[in-house]
Amino acid sequence: MSTFPISIPRPVHPTGIWGWFTTIDHKRIGILYGVTAFIMFLSGGIEATLMRLQLAGPELDIVSAAVYNQLFTMHGTTMIFLAIMPLSAAFFNFIIPLQIGARDVAFPRLNAFSYWTFLAGALMLKLSWIGGATDAGWFGYAPLTSVAQNPGTGIDFWIISLQILGIASLAASFNFIVTIINMRAPGMTMMRLPLFTWMSFITAILLVLAFPVITVALIELTFDRYFMFNFFNVANGGSVVLWQHLFWVFGHPEVYILILPAMGIVSEVLPVFSKKPLFGYKTVVLAGAIIAFMGWMVWSHHMFTVGLGAVANAVFTVTTMLIAVPTGIKVFNWIGTIWGGSIRFNTPMLYSLGFIAMFLLGGISGVMHAVSAHDAQQQDTYFVPAHIHYVLFGGAIMAILSGIFYWFPKYSGKMFNERQGKISFWLIMIGQNVTFFPMHFVGLDGMPRRIYTYADNMGWNFWNGVATAGVFILIIGFLLVMDNIGRHWKNGEPAPADPWDARTLEWSIPSPPPEYNFEEIPIVRSLDDWWETKQGGAYKEVPASGGLGDEGHEIHLPQPSYWPIVTAVGLFIAAYGVVFNDLLIPWALAAVGLTIGFIGVYSWSLEPVNDPEEDSTH
Amino acid sequence: MAQEHAAPIHGEDEGTTTGLNHRKMLMWAFLGSDCMFFGSLIATYLVYQGKSLEGPLPIDVFDIPVTSISTFVLLMSSMSMVLAYSALTKNNMKGFRIWMISTAIMGATFIGFQVYEFSSFANHHVEIDCVSPGELTKYEQHIFDDGCSSGEAHAESHEGLKPQTNLFGTTFYTLTGFHGAHVTLGIVWLLSLLLLSFKKGVITPEKNLDVDLAALYWHFVDVVWIVIFTVVYLFGVFPGF
Repeated sequence: MSTFPISIPRPVHPTGIWGWFTTIDHKRIGILYGVTAFIMFLSGGIEATLMRLQLAGPELDIVSAAVYNQLFTMHGTTMIFLAIMPLSAAFFNFIIPLQIGARDVAFPRLNAFSYWTFLAGALMLKLSWIGGATDAGWFGYAPLTSVAQNPGTGIDFWIISLQILGIASLAASFNFIVTIINMRAPGMTMMRLPLFTWMSFITAILLVLAFPVITVALIELTFDRYFMFNFFNVANGGSVVLWQHLFWVFGHPEVYILILPAMGIVSEVLPVFSKKPLFGYKTVVLAGAIIAFMGWMVWSHHMFTVGLGAVANAVFTVTTMLIAVPTGIKVFNWIGTIWGGSIRFNTPMLYSLGFIAMFLLGGISGVMHAVSAHDAQQQDTYFVPAHIHYVLFGGAIMAILSGIFYWFPKYSGKMFNERQGKISFWLIMIGQNVTFFPMHFVGLDGMPRRIYTYADNMGWNFWNGVATAGVFILIIGFLLVMDNIGRHWKNGEPAPADPWDARTLEWSIPSPPPEYNFEEIPIVRSLDDWWETKQGGAYKEVPASGGLGDEGHEIHLPQPSYWPIVTAVGLFIAAYGVVFNDLLIPWALAAVGLTIGFIGVYSWSLEPVNDPEEDSTH
Repeated sequence: MAQEHAAPIHGEDEGTTTGLNHRKMLMWAFLGSDCMFFGSLIATYLVYQGKSLEGPLPIDVFDIPVTSISTFVLLMSSMSMVLAYSALTKNNMKGFRIWMISTAIMGATFIGFQVYEFSSFANHHVEIDCVSPGELTKYEQHIFDDGCSSGEAHAESHEGLKPQTNLFGTTFYTLTGFHGAHVTLGIVWLLSLLLLSFKKGVITPEKNLDVDLAALYWHFVDVVWIVIFTVVYLFGVFPGF
C-alpha cells in the first residue's frame, strides 16, 4: 500500500507561493476567491465596454457581428458564474467561520478544492476566446447550441466549464451548509446567527438543489452535441422548450443565489453604521427563507412569450408578484433599521444605501415584467438588460462593494482612504445610472437586445450614446476602488480590531485575524453578542477554557494539502480532453485527466488528518 | 464515540454543534442534491414519454421478468449492506467482509443485467410472419406495413433501439445509464473499503463511519432504482398505470 495511494508527507508550514497552492486556511482561500473573481469581473467589464463602444452610435464597425455575439454571451456568463457568485463565495469563506466563532470550515481541504476547481472552470471559459468563444447567449437556448447551428468548440467550452464550475459550487455549498449547522460556537443558536451567515446558508441550500438541474440540462446538451442524442432535436420529436424549462428551473433560484448574499451584506452594514440593531431580525431571516422557497415557483416568467398558455402565464404572473412581498419586507426592514439611527456615512454605508435605492428600482421593473401581458412588450428588448443590471449591478455588485470596504480592515489589516472611497461611490452610483437607465428608454422604444448595431433612423442614437458615456464614469470609479484597495492593502494605516464599532464576532479578534481565528472559542449569549459584550450588558467573563476541550493544548490546525489542487488540475485536463476528444488517441486526454483526478481523490481521502510528526508528540 | 482525553482539534473530528458528524451531514446534503439530479432526468423522461416519432417503444423491448430479477438482486444487496454494517459494529470482521463482498457482487450482477439489457435493446430485431402476424405492437405493425406490402413471406427489422433512434432511446439510456454509473461507483467504493479493512485500525467497530456513509449512498441508489423501475418499466409496459 506504499505506492498507491501516493503517500507523500503533507506539507508542513509551506511558505511563499507553495503556501498559497497548498493552503486550506479559509481566510487565504477567501482572498484567493476574491482576487480571482475580481479579475474575472474586470474581464467581464472589458467585454461590456467593447459592446457599449460598438453600440455608441448607429452602424459602427468596432467589432463584427460574430464577435459581438461572443461578447454578450461571455459577458453574461462571466459576470454571473465567474464574478458575482465567487465574489459572494469569497465573503462566505472569509467571514462565515469568523461570524459563527469557528476556527475553520468543516472541510478545509474540500474548501481548497472548491477554489481550485472554480479557477479551472474560469480559466477554461476565458481561454475559449482563443478559437472562438460561445455565442448562444448566456442562457444558451436550444437549438442555437446544436451542432448544426454551432459547430465550433465555443459551446463545448461553455458546457464543460459550467459543469466544472458546478462541481466547485456544489462542493463549497455542502461545506458551508455543514459548517453553519455544525460549527457554531457554544450559544450561537440559529436565531443568533448574523444575517450574512443566514443568507449564505439559504444560498447554499438553494445551490445544492438548483445546480443539479442545470447539470442535467448540460449533460443532455452534451449528449446531443457529441453523440447525436435527440433531447433537443426537433426533427426526432425533441422539444427546445424543455431546455428553457430546465435552464430556468435552475436559473431563477440562481437569481436568488446571486442576490441573497448581497442582502446579507447589506443587513450587516446598515445596523453597524446606524448604531441600531437590525429592525425585525426574525422577519428578515424569514423573508429570506420565503424568497428562497418561492424562487422555485416563478421560473416560467422568463418564458411568457413561449406560448405556455393563458393559465400558465397567469399563475406565474401571480407567483412572481407574490415574491415581491418578502423582498419588500426586507426593504422596509432596512429602512426601519436606519430610521432614527445615528448614521455615519462611511464608504460601506454609502454603498449599502445605494444598494437599497438601485435594487428597489430593479425590483420595480421586475414587477413590471411580472405582468405577462406587459412582459410581452418587453421580451427581448433592452428593457430586460436594464432590469437585470439594476438588480445585479445596482443590487449585487453594490452590496459586494459595500462588503469589500466594510470588511477591508478585517481581511487586510489596514484602513482604506475614506475620502477616495466616497468619491468612488459617487462615480459608480452616477455611472451606473447613466449607463443603465437609458436602456429602459430604448427598450420601451423597441430596441432589441443582442443586436450588434442599429440603423440611424430608429431614434435610439442619443440614449445609446449616453449609456456608452456612462461606462467611462464607471471605469474611473472602479479604477479608484482598485487603487484604494490595492495601495492601502500594502501601505495603509494598520487597522484596529473593531474600527466600525461593529456588532458581530469577526470584529472581536485582531485585524487581520490570526491563523487560528479565535484564541478561545467565544461563548455567545445573545444576538449581536459582540455589541452586547462591549456594552457590558450580558457580558460575563469568558471561562479560561473554550467550549471545545482545547485546554492545556496549543491550537492544532489541519495541515495544508497537495491533493485538492491535484484533483482540480485533473478535472481541468479532463475537461480539455472532453472538448478536444479526437486529439491523437480519441478520449485519451480525458482519461488521463480523470485518472489524475481519481488519484487525487483517493490520496486525499486516505491522507492522514494530521501530520505524523505532530501526532507523535502526544 | 467516547473521547477520553481531549483530542487535538483537527477539522473533521472535533466536537460539533449538533452532535452529528460533519461527514454524515455532508452525505445527506449530497443525497438531497442527487435527488434533484435524478429528479431532472426522470422529469425529462416523463416529458418525452409517448412523444417518440418511431419505435421501438417500451412495449417492444422491455422484458419485465428479467428486469424484475435484477431489481430483486439490487434490493437484496441493500439488505446485505445492512448485514455488513451490523457485523462490523459487532466486531465480526469476517462477517463484515463476507457481506461486503456479497453486496458488491450483487451490485455487479445488477450491472451485468444492465449491460445485457442495453445490448439486447440495441440489437433488438423483429421478424414478422406476413401470413399470420398475430397481435402486433404499433412498431411491429409499422414494420409489417413496410415489409409485407409486396407479397414477401417475412418482414424484419434490425434497427434496434439506440440512444439516437428516438426520444425513448435517448431518455431511457441516459436515465438508466446514470443510475448504472452510480451503482458502479458504489461498487468501487465498497471494494475500496473492503481492501482498507485489511489495514490495521482503519475500519473498526468504533471507526465505522466510512462504511456507514457508503451504506447510505448504496441505499439511496437502490431507492432511486425503485422509482426508475416503476416509472420507466412498469408504467411503460402496463398501459393501465
